Amino acid sequence: MKNYNTLLDDLAPKKFNRLGVIWTIALVVIIIFGIIAYIDQVIKGQEVTNMRDYALWGIYISNFVFFVATSFVGSIIVAVLRLTKNEWRTPLVRIAEIITLASIVMAGITIMIDMARPDRLLYLFIYARLQSPITWDVIIIPTTIAISFLLLYFPLLPDLAILKKYFKKEKPRLSKIYGMLSLNWVGNKAQKAIQTKSIKIIALMIIPISIMLQTIDALLFSTTYRTGWNSTNMPAYFISGAFVAGVAALIAVVYVVRRTKKLESYITDFHFDKLGKLLALACLIYLYFNMNEYLIPAFTPSKEEDIHLRTLFTGSYSYLFWLVTIVGLILPIILLLFKKGRKPLPMFIIGMVVVIGSWWKRYIIITPTLLHPFLPIQGVPESWHHYFPSMHEWIITVATLAAALLIITLLVRYLPVIPIQRTAEEKELLETDIKH
Amino acid sequence: MKEQDNNAKNSRRSFLKKGIALGAFSATALAVASFQKDDVEETGEKVKLLSPEGEIVEIDKAYVKPAQDLHMPIDSKKIREGIPNRKFVMVIDLARCKNALNCVSACNKHHHITGKNAWLKVYKMQETKDTAPYWMPSTCQHCDQPACVTVCPVDATFKRRDGLVLIDNDRCIGCRFCMAACPYSARVFNWEEPDQGDITMNMEGLPHNSSPEHAGMPSVKGTVDKCDFCPHQIDKGELPHCVSACPNGVFYFGDKYEDTVTNGDETLRLSKLLEDKAGYRLMEGLNTQPSVFYLPPKNRSDDFKDGLDKYKEFESVEKPE
Repeated sequence: MKNYNTLLDDLAPKKFNRLGVIWTIALVVIIIFGIIAYIDQVIKGQEVTNMRDYALWGIYISNFVFFVATSFVGSIIVAVLRLTKNEWRTPLVRIAEIITLASIVMAGITIMIDMARPDRLLYLFIYARLQSPITWDVIIIPTTIAISFLLLYFPLLPDLAILKKYFKKEKPRLSKIYGMLSLNWVGNKAQKAIQTKSIKIIALMIIPISIMLQTIDALLFSTTYRTGWNSTNMPAYFISGAFVAGVAALIAVVYVVRRTKKLESYITDFHFDKLGKLLALACLIYLYFNMNEYLIPAFTPSKEEDIHLRTLFTGSYSYLFWLVTIVGLILPIILLLFKKGRKPLPMFIIGMVVVIGSWWKRYIIITPTLLHPFLPIQGVPESWHHYFPSMHEWIITVATLAAALLIITLLVRYLPVIPIQRTAEEKELLETDIKH
Repeated sequence: MKEQDNNAKNSRRSFLKKGIALGAFSATALAVASFQKDDVEETGEKVKLLSPEGEIVEIDKAYVKPAQDLHMPIDSKKIREGIPNRKFVMVIDLARCKNALNCVSACNKHHHITGKNAWLKVYKMQETKDTAPYWMPSTCQHCDQPACVTVCPVDATFKRRDGLVLIDNDRCIGCRFCMAACPYSARVFNWEEPDQGDITMNMEGLPHNSSPEHAGMPSVKGTVDKCDFCPHQIDKGELPHCVSACPNGVFYFGDKYEDTVTNGDETLRLSKLLEDKAGYRLMEGLNTQPSVFYLPPKNRSDDFKDGLDKYKEFESVEKPE
C-alpha cells in the first residue's frame, strides 16, 4: 500500500507535458477563430448561418441541447451514486463535476450565440414573461451553473488546503492561491460538519434541478405544435438521452485523464467495468424512450407524422438516423454486454462514439422537424428547403466544444482530479503517516 | 433637472398635438409646475383640455404653443391595447382566387419587404392526389389563442383586444421561438440588415421609428416580421393593402362585433357569409382560433391551371430590376 506522500505526489496537479501544451494552444486557437466568426455574425447578422425562415434553428440549438445533456453527468455520478452508496465513484466524482460545470457554462453561452439580438440580452430579465419556456431556461441555467460550481467547490476545500501545504516551498505563489481558495480550511470538527452538511444538501438539490433542466430543454420543443416535437414523451426522452451523453462523455474524459496523469492505480479496470455497466443501463433506457418516440407513432401516424417518420426511416435523413441509432446506441449496448467491451480502451472508443452519436442525435431531433411544417414550403429559394450548417456555424460550434474542453483541461490541470483527502481516508492513510 | 424639463416638454407637446391628452395626467401636472420657473408670462386666460382620465383640465394660454415638429412619440400603451370594441377579421374566398398575386405585390410594396420570403403568400394547394387543387392566400391568422405569443420570452409579440397579433421590433431578441411555435409558417426573419433604401426614412432623412402598427417601416435586423393586418390602414379608415389590391375580390376585411366584412366592392354580413358559403378556419383542430376565415373553393369561375402562369415555387418577393 502506498503511503500518504506517494499519494500526494500522484494526485497533486502537475505541469502540462508537451502534448498538453500543444493541446491547450490548439484549443485556444480554435476558440479565437470561433470568436472572430461570432463577431462577424454579429456584424453581418445571422445571414452568415445557413438557417432560414423554415430551418429557423440549427446546430447552435442542437449543440446547446448537447451541452445541457452532458451536464447531466454530475447529478448521476455524484448524487445518484452517492444516494445509492456506490463507493466506487470516489475517483470519478471530481471529473464528473468538472464536466458538468464546463457543459452547463457552455450551454449558457451557446444559447446566447443563437440569439440574433445579443445586445438585448437584458430584456430576458427586464421583460421576462413566466409563461415562456425560454424564461424557464433563463432561470434554470444560471441556477444549475451555481449549484454545479458549489458541487465542485465544497468537496475541494480540504484538497485545496492540502495543496497549499504541498506547494509551500516549491511554488509559494501557487500555494498562496490554493490557500485563498481553501477558505482557511483546517479540517476541524466544526468545519467538517458544515462541509458535510453543505455537500449533502447540494448533492440532493442537484438531482431535481438537473431533471428540471433536461425537462425544460425538452419543453422548448414539445410546447410547440411541430410534428416530431409535440410529444409528452420528450422530457423523459431528453433525461434518458442526457444520461447516455453524460456517462459517455465521462468515460472518454476519464480515459484521457487517467492516461496523461498516469492514474492507472487509482482508476482501475474495475471502475471502467462499473462505468460500462452504467452506460449500458443508460443506453437501454434511452432505447426504450426512442422506441416510444419513433416506433409507436409509426402505428397511427397522422399525415404530417407519416412524412416526418418516412424522412427519418427511409428518406433524406435516414443515413444519419440509422447511424445514430445503430452505431450510437444499439451497438454500444451489445459491446458493453461483454466483459472485454468494458476494458479501458474499448470503453474509450465506445464512449467517443456514443458522445459523437449523441451530438448528431440532437441534430436529428431539431432539423428534420423544422423542414416539415404544416403548410407546404413555397415561395422561398430552393436552398431554404434544406439545411446544412454554414462555415460560420461550424467554426463557432467547434469553438464552443473547444471551449468546454479547455475549461475541462484547465480544471484538470490545476485541481486534483481525484479527491486527495477522501482517497486517503478510504485507504486509511492518515496524515500522521508523513511524520514517519 | 434638465432631463426633467425635457420630459416635461415632450409630454406637453404630445398633450397639445392630439387635442386630447396622451401623456399621463400627473406628467402634465409636472409639466405645468415646472413652467412656473420659465420666463413665460401668464396671460390669465385659461384653455380647457381633456386629460386621459376624461377630466377637463385648465392651463394658461401662454403655455399653449404650436407643435415644433410633427414627429409623434409612440404611445406604446395604446399600441399594445388596440382599438377598443373592435375585433378585426378577414374572410378569404378561395373560389375567387386565381393566383393573380396583386395582393402579394401590394403587401411587399407597402411593407417594404426586401427579403426572400413574403408575409402574404398564395399557396398552391392540393391535399391529396384525388382532391382538387386550389390557390390559397395565407396571411398571419391573428389567432385568438396565438402560440407565438405564448412562447415569446420578452412580450415582443403580443395580442391586442381588437384581435391583432403584432410584433414590437424594438423588443424582439431574435430567438425565433415564435416562428417555431407558429403552425401556419406566417413569420419571417430579418437574417441580415434589410435593404429598404430611402423609403423608410422620414423627412429629415432619419429612419422612422419602427412601429408594431406598420410592420416593415422599417424592418429591423435580427427580429421577426409578419403580416400585421395593416393597422396603419385601419387608422386611416382604409382597407389592408391586400384587400384593396385584389382584382377578384377574394379578401374581405371587417369587424366581427359589427358582423360586417367588405372587399371594397360589396359589404356583407359576416355570419351570413360564413353560413351561406360554409366558412372554415385553417387547422381548427389545433385550437389556435384564427381571425382569418376561408370560404371553400366551390363553383370556381376560372380554371385552376390559369393561375399556374404566375406561380413561382421559389420566389415570393420580386427583385427590383
